Amino acid sequence: MWTGFPLFPEQASTIARGVDALYYFLTIVSGFFSILIFLFILYFAVRYRRRPTNLGPVQVEGHLGIELVWSVIPLALTLVMFGWGAALFIRNSRPPQNAQDVYVVGQQWMWKIQHQEGRREINELHVPVGQPVKLTMASQDVIHSFFIPAFRVKQDVVPGRYTTMWFEATKAGEYHLFCAEYCGTQHSGMIGRVVVMEPDDFQRWLGGSAAPTGGVEPPAPSEPGGTTSLPAAPAPSAAATPAAPAVSVSSPKQPASPSAPTPKLDVNAINTINAVSAGQQLFAQRGCAGCHTPGAPYPQLAGKFGTMVPLEGGGSALFNEDYIRESLIAPNAKISAGARPIMPTYVGRMTEEEILQIILYIRSLKPPEGQGL
Amino acid sequence: MSPASVRQNYLNIKFGAASWLLTKDHKRIAILYLISITLFFFLGGFFAVLIRLELVTPPGDLVQAETYNKLFTMHGVIMIFFFLIPSVPAVLGNFLIPMMIGARDLAFPKLNLLSWYIFTIGGLFTLTAVVNGGVDTGWTFYTPYSSTYANSHVILTAVGIFITGFSSILTGLNFIVTVHQMRAPGLTWTRLPLFVWANYATSLIMVLGTPVIAITVVLVGVERLFKVGIFDPALGGDPLLFQHLFWFYSHPAVYIMILPSMGVISEVVTCFARKRIFGYSFVAAASLAIAVIGFLVWGHHMFVSGQSPYAGMVFSFLSFLVAIPSAVKVFNWTATLYRGYVSYDAPMLYAFGFIGLFTMGGLTGLFLASLAVDVHVHDTYFVIAHFHYIMVGGAVMGYLGGIHFWWPKMTGRLYPEGWARFAALVVFIGFNLTFFPQFILGYMGMPRRYHAYPEEFQVLNVMSSAGASILAVGYLIPMIYLVWSLRYGRIADSNPWHATGLEWQTPSPPPTDNFEDTPVVSEEAYAYPSRDREVHVV
Repeated sequence: MWTGFPLFPEQASTIARGVDALYYFLTIVSGFFSILIFLFILYFAVRYRRRPTNLGPVQVEGHLGIELVWSVIPLALTLVMFGWGAALFIRNSRPPQNAQDVYVVGQQWMWKIQHQEGRREINELHVPVGQPVKLTMASQDVIHSFFIPAFRVKQDVVPGRYTTMWFEATKAGEYHLFCAEYCGTQHSGMIGRVVVMEPDDFQRWLGGSAAPTGGVEPPAPSEPGGTTSLPAAPAPSAAATPAAPAVSVSSPKQPASPSAPTPKLDVNAINTINAVSAGQQLFAQRGCAGCHTPGAPYPQLAGKFGTMVPLEGGGSALFNEDYIRESLIAPNAKISAGARPIMPTYVGRMTEEEILQIILYIRSLKPPEGQGL
Repeated sequence: MSPASVRQNYLNIKFGAASWLLTKDHKRIAILYLISITLFFFLGGFFAVLIRLELVTPPGDLVQAETYNKLFTMHGVIMIFFFLIPSVPAVLGNFLIPMMIGARDLAFPKLNLLSWYIFTIGGLFTLTAVVNGGVDTGWTFYTPYSSTYANSHVILTAVGIFITGFSSILTGLNFIVTVHQMRAPGLTWTRLPLFVWANYATSLIMVLGTPVIAITVVLVGVERLFKVGIFDPALGGDPLLFQHLFWFYSHPAVYIMILPSMGVISEVVTCFARKRIFGYSFVAAASLAIAVIGFLVWGHHMFVSGQSPYAGMVFSFLSFLVAIPSAVKVFNWTATLYRGYVSYDAPMLYAFGFIGLFTMGGLTGLFLASLAVDVHVHDTYFVIAHFHYIMVGGAVMGYLGGIHFWWPKMTGRLYPEGWARFAALVVFIGFNLTFFPQFILGYMGMPRRYHAYPEEFQVLNVMSSAGASILAVGYLIPMIYLVWSLRYGRIADSNPWHATGLEWQTPSPPPTDNFEDTPVVSEEAYAYPSRDREVHVV
């Protein structure tokens, strides 16, 4: 194999190895059968060509045994392929418990990425090596698809719902991020890069902007569904859609991180806004706080994230991203037990990014003291 | 013996535009289709040339992004709805099915003419959209982009596709009734030529599937025009519903494109190997199995769409199943060559090309049916390569092979054999050079529908574009010599290939009524003689 003409993409996630193994198997089986068929055709076509020594055809009607053999063998092989592919797929679609949450909003034609700790990026995703990362993704407009070839992962990002995917990077470096679902004029410009960093570097990078007041977490945060304490820094005045990546960005605006070494100049990272505090602001502005406030006779949100909440009329629901999103769009779909159907819908009144900020804020709320769950 | 130019046939019985535009003769209608779809083929091909030229260099420098998006959309729409779907059935099927079963025409000759008019009107709508600036949704029209966000001529194109669908439905209906009701005495179902079986299976898909795409494009139009929430979540709709409806038709549509070509291959391979088909009933049953199972695999286009992983598993399993009858066909064609008397005439070269390319297209389909691998290659050039191997390497090779095989029957003239073999070779080489690199590109991760791409993909893209230029030459050569042969080709007798089949028992070109006396069938299909019975010298 000569350089400059690669035949395989880089293998940079735990998923990639498994997918490639199946790919090799498929290539070998397909190659074998292709060559087998080509050789048979070539042999028959030459051996039985029209020539003086060929006295003419000998008719053969067919043969049941042969038909069965060449039906059953391919069937068995395809069942192996099916089982292998399906098992891998199911495994690859279940994020590990300790996966770190990252939120993604796709919109024509950019990727907005929100780390749980408050750092935001556009068209870039920084992740640490060796740490499972779970992406929860929403689309503001049309269908997009989040595709990282080096990780062998891809997931459509569909308006009106959250889709998720996960990966665990195995090699530091920079990799392509593509939008794989045609989404309009600048579809091929909806690209970016995934920067995989050593855990220490990643923590420094993460701390380079909105430093959590609780201090820097250990290199490989593994707290399942871990919540983030609310930073003390007040939310700046940035609007909810800081779209232009051209905003001049660097660390000096964030006095809260004196201990972190100066990060590389990162023009894409929008670190002037913190999602949790933005969510807190929205929570107040949009009237959520009017009812969902401690002590009020309405559903309490603090400490509920990740728990099962009982529903009016029986049953229960997992209080997660989907549940919060649904409650904003269709409040009466799943009403919390004891509540009345009086919440207005926010459909069309919030962007996906704002909804995510609300979610991150609700997620950050600690349960009231003395009230365990 | 009077020369063909004096004997009355379907071509010289009447002259003038009206005699063609008002004809009820299935053979003349086939010629009308042939002319229409050839124009569409070269228009769609022209768009493909521009796409490949743009992709020679990584940045989007030849055309603007918006133009590029319209190019691949119009390439797809025209090639699929206005060339591939009508290709073999509407041209060769129309011409041959009545003759192959010993009938004087299709069951509903007027309906047949109406199909062509409907096709033409639908085509004109779509062409109007092209002339007015085109459409940029991709041929898949995914919502909510197509229903809400696109600013191009979605409605006009959708109306064109909607109308054209009826032509498909009527043709399918006509074939089904004809095959059931108009077979010559003695022509039992087990004696039917496999080309008829293949078109029969195709007709079932057309009749059952096409209404769904018609409804789907209407719903897109309703949402786009009246803001009724069907697919757009902002209006309360579900974008995945669109994908289910779209692929419920559009996956079986792949079999609409490939099954008739498989029928062609069965005719050609038997003729030029002078052999009965190996395993007649398996080949015929495989067509039906593909048609039936093909309706149950649409969800394999949606493995990463947000569809439930368990639904994905079911669709993956069924997709593997549909590979089996396709494999059985390939094995049977190969076995048919065994102890044959094989010649390398141009139609046979196309058939060899078909078997090879279809095999590769089919086997790479297994990669896409494998869930975990599909996640990676979905919506990349791997998919582009795969379906071009099926639809161009398979369907178009079969169509060209069929056109060559029956050209003497249709026109009464022989094409120049040397040129035809040369063209078949050029098409084969050009095709592989165009599309094989795209498998590698796809696994490397190059997404489809990209106007600009990272530099490391350039070498493979240049190879692909170089191949496309060879392929274009390969398609232009037959265009030239086939037209040339209409006037200068050698006069063909009624059965230049010494083939079995009722269509070869009538003069070339056939008279308007096909047969003077209704033929009586007393043999199986492909009753080529063995060397024991007579020594065959061609």
